[in-house]
Amino acid sequence: MSEETAQTRTIAVDMVARVEGEGALRVTVKGETVQDVELRIFEPPRFFEAFLRGRHYEEVPDIVARICGICPVAYQMSAVHALEWVFGLRIDGGLRDLRRLLYCGEWIESHALHVYMLQAPDFLGYESGLAMAKDQAAVVTRGLRLKKAGNAIMTLLGGRSVHPVSVKVGGFSRVPLRRELEGLKDELLWARDAAVETVHWVADFDYPEFALDYNYVALRHPNEYPFNEGRVVASSGLQISASEFEQHFIEHQVDYSNALHCKLQGSSYLVGPLARLNLNQEHLTPLARQVLADRRIELPLRNPFQGIIARSVEILYALEESLRLIELYESPSEPALPVVVRPGTGMACTEAPRGILYHRYEVDVDGVIRDVKIVPPTSQNQARIEQDLRLFMPRLLRLPDKGAALACERIIRCYDPCISCATHFLNLEIKRESIA
Amino acid sequence: MFDPDERQRPRLAVVKFASCDGCQLSILNLEEDLLALGRMLDIAYFPEASSDMRPGPYDIALVEGSITTAEDAHRILALRQQTKVLITIGACATAGGIQALRNWADVESFKRAVYPSPAYIQSLSTSTPISEHVHVDFELWGCPIDKGQLLRVITDLLVGVQPRLPADSVCLECKRRGNVCVLVAKGLPCLGPVTRTGCGAICPGMGRDCYGCFGPSEGARKGPGLPPNTTSLARHFHSELQLVPIEVMRRFRGINGYVSPFRAESDIWENKS
Ligand code: SF4
Ligand code: SF4
Repeated sequence: MSEETAQTRTIAVDMVARVEGEGALRVTVKGETVQDVELRIFEPPRFFEAFLRGRHYEEVPDIVARICGICPVAYQMSAVHALEWVFGLRIDGGLRDLRRLLYCGEWIESHALHVYMLQAPDFLGYESGLAMAKDQAAVVTRGLRLKKAGNAIMTLLGGRSVHPVSVKVGGFSRVPLRRELEGLKDELLWARDAAVETVHWVADFDYPEFALDYNYVALRHPNEYPFNEGRVVASSGLQISASEFEQHFIEHQVDYSNALHCKLQGSSYLVGPLARLNLNQEHLTPLARQVLADRRIELPLRNPFQGIIARSVEILYALEESLRLIELYESPSEPALPVVVRPGTGMACTEAPRGILYHRYEVDVDGVIRDVKIVPPTSQNQARIEQDLRLFMPRLLRLPDKGAALACERIIRCYDPCISCATHFLNLEIKRESIA
Repeated sequence: MFDPDERQRPRLAVVKFASCDGCQLSILNLEEDLLALGRMLDIAYFPEASSDMRPGPYDIALVEGSITTAEDAHRILALRQQTKVLITIGACATAGGIQALRNWADVESFKRAVYPSPAYIQSLSTSTPISEHVHVDFELWGCPIDKGQLLRVITDLLVGVQPRLPADSVCLECKRRGNVCVLVAKGLPCLGPVTRTGCGAICPGMGRDCYGCFGPSEGARKGPGLPPNTTSLARHFHSELQLVPIEVMRRFRGINGYVSPFRAESDIWENKS
């Protein structure tokens, strides 16, 4: 749609597809300068933080999973870790490994979906993974099978892949037998090779020249690639524990969006696979390193479009890690540690597929939740997405409206925003004001 | 249901309201079957998966999510007018979803709890199922839906059969799977006896109690189409398992809390607490 008057020009695309949730983008342009970029998330708020109050801590993993169908494990993990902090529980050994394995499953599933079905079609000129399947059946089938390998891990450990049911404070309601985990091995070995091919495949895509100076934020752990644990670090030098998160990361409300904007020391920053990979490269496996070297891909990656490379490398990592965890698995004697309820406040950050996810719970003597705060990755990236669009916009101004709009959608998809987490109809509007 | 002679493949729309996208992900999780579905149906509108978004009319619309804004209440009316068979997918669309917990609360205070400037937030005071707004042809329960059930309903429609799915309780599925009963053996407050089959009795299979994510079953004693006996289960929770009334209330007021008879049962125990 295009409307033209002497003064302004408004371009609107009703919806940006292939992201999770509902949002809109509005860009105002005056002559050659971009005046305003507003990413509006109008996915209706669902008020989880409010109605978690008054619920019992045992109900929390089932409820918070429903914030997002794409990354339920992330919500469950941040929640149980924060609650375990309150109760003074420390999860080690086999139970810790199983949580890591479950998280691997979610990364593989979510990343494979994004790489193959949501983002790759942009590079190859298709409107969807399904359309791509008509010409490139083998590739799409590979992607779907990879995704399924992730689902298989989640289903074994959690009962099902969307909203797993076994996660609880203290551990799991049931832990698998060694033999059951071994049943996954063949498929995971296949998937590991497919993940290597995936990195090669995406490395050949045509990337626009666009390198940026990001402040990357991710968890970092002394000896492993982070899932559930680590300190929150930023390339700007920050190093804090999750309990200090709210002192540094401040949420702001903007009048055009239902998602809050989170900033670090007043500035935008980036969370997610790019940030994680750049800050944790020393913990990559030899195979993952080798594939990067073969393709002459040097870290840090600073081009947002190459998020798809980071995601593919993380699929590979997660598969190797899954195989390692299965190899050394010894079934824990009890599926969960006993919980002794005590009142207090607990915080935790874990690495959702899209970046760090912060939870804080205040619990009373009866184990009932009194207060909750949740900061999802997408609300953290929002300000940065706007800033990147602002930086990229000047190149787009000569394009016809429709082309510019499509390019903006592509940029937004790079961040794999999960709008249900923060909110899927992205309504793009470019408003052009002439200088005269 | 669809003219077999028609050259055109039936047109499918997948539409989202307030939800977590989990039920749509269950469609994407069909994997190979998804590709087959793409051949059988013309996927005319599915923004989660494709930027190719074509306007109605549609033969089948799968609706995820509940109605929580005035705009969405209009959007569902428009969709209904363009759709032959409208199917709700999941607890959000079928029962109002977990977000219907707001229906018992003061939404203005919710806004204040979540947003520094609540005035910017446009939201209705309720989260309601699609059937409270328009006629729904078929309801697919679950949070998330079971992809096997989804596939069955779609294939039934494609061959022109009125879809039917079992509506007895999770208990029966548990027995068929040979699970140990967690209510009897572990004393857990399991909602299985009053919850609809479909999931494969996942929770008892994982050593825990069912929390009702497939919604109320149809009564075993009173008969098909009639509510299950929530009264006696709730009493058992209270008198045998020592749950205090507020705990019984919370048990019924969960993922499907806004749908009767779970709603009625939770209200009764709220009044006792
Ligand atoms: S019913 Fe459950 S899985 Fe489906 S969209 Fe709603 S919250 Fe998500
Ligand atoms: S057992 Fe109950 S709560 Fe668990 S998946 Fe099945 S219906 Fe849902």
